[in-house]
Amino acid sequence: MAELQYLAPESVDEAVKALASAPGARVLAGGTDLIVQMRAGRAKPAAVIDVKRVPGAVGVWRQVDGAFVIGAATPAAEIGEHAALTATWPGVVEAANLIGSTQVQGRASLGGNLCNASPAADSVPALVAARAVCVVVGPAGKREVPVEAVQAGPGRTTLHPGEFVLEFRLPPRGQRASDAYLRLIPRTEMDIAVVGAGVNLTLAADGKISEAHVALGAVAPTTLLASSAGAAIVGGALDDAALARLDAAACAACNPISDKRGTSEYRTRIAGVLARRAAKIAYDRARGVS
Amino acid sequence: MSKIHVTTTVNGDSAEFLTDPQTTLLDALRDELGLTGSKEGCGSGDCGACSVMVDGRLVCSCLMLAAEAQGRRIETIEGMAHGGELHPLQQKFLEHAALQCGFCTPGLLVAAKALLESNPDPSEEETRYWLAGNLCRCTGYDKVIRAVLDAAAVLRQERRAA
Repeated sequence: MAELQYLAPESVDEAVKALASAPGARVLAGGTDLIVQMRAGRAKPAAVIDVKRVPGAVGVWRQVDGAFVIGAATPAAEIGEHAALTATWPGVVEAANLIGSTQVQGRASLGGNLCNASPAADSVPALVAARAVCVVVGPAGKREVPVEAVQAGPGRTTLHPGEFVLEFRLPPRGQRASDAYLRLIPRTEMDIAVVGAGVNLTLAADGKISEAHVALGAVAPTTLLASSAGAAIVGGALDDAALARLDAAACAACNPISDKRGTSEYRTRIAGVLARRAAKIAYDRARGVS
Repeated sequence: MSKIHVTTTVNGDSAEFLTDPQTTLLDALRDELGLTGSKEGCGSGDCGACSVMVDGRLVCSCLMLAAEAQGRRIETIEGMAHGGELHPLQQKFLEHAALQCGFCTPGLLVAAKALLESNPDPSEEETRYWLAGNLCRCTGYDKVIRAVLDAAAVLRQERRAA
């Protein structure tokens, strides 16, 4: 790690300039992936740009229209302490709070989880199901990118040189809407998802599902927005037939590898199971019965 | 390579040191400030032996650069006892024999103190989940959990008496 430069810019402009001035620079948020990679010699950045002093990068805000803005470098623990965010987006919060230990929660961020670009990132399926958008800043200014468009493959993103994710925006939502995230790991804590599933539902006044979004993690090179799985349960109640359609559509969307955490067949089967279970939780939350 | 000058607060006292950009907070605490209570177990955020508080939040000091500590408030195991008077958690760890080799103990104590500050009456399950990132290869954890729950009761009693 010789010749490393550490910069802690205090504005977006300074941060963009710092990133652009050092090719091979990496953005430092909570460091729970980056510093591990640096210490193992897997990442050898010329510079680390600590963005936590950039206004907007850390914090949770609710806008007048009800939309939530989460700074991309906000520690997961702070996200979990935000009562209004937890009440409105319990699936996003539970996904963020599943990452690592209490200590890791004190540092790990949504921006880091997304841009580390692991297919098994826990918060990403929940954010994709929530239809969250990233505010990306860079040399060409500011642009909004749907979360599912950021991962390009394991360890790779679609961000341009000099760009970084400043914040996440969760859309305003009304009554009778909720979300849930479930992951499978073979132990109870401190592990990487074999499969993750995020489900986000909105119900009409008559209780029928009017909008459904399903996202799956660790079953493809990037987090999947399984549009057909969401479409499979729109228009009715979440009965056994709807759950069977959801299961089949979620399995059909999968394209997993086999590795030490699970075979391709197992992951595909589990994706359907988790999608069903997460949908039931989101449905009960949206109906206010949980 | 130029060193970075860092000014911070450690256990209530202002502290400053010079650091290389890649040096972790753990190494700066141990090597620059002589605070060797925080340990390096894994160096990858899995074991919790390096646990410290930064601006009131529990973190692994091995996964934080020393340069990031500029202007932050750091609390380490060295700040836990007051003079010769042990913190109730430390006292209960002794009474319950909640340690053998002791390498994980500073991290467990710092993490357990953070738990009891946010949740004065945790259940056994909450305590076990909170401490899931603190590995101990000696005790099997039961004595640790008993010590933390016992210390929580003492602290609640002290609070009522105060």
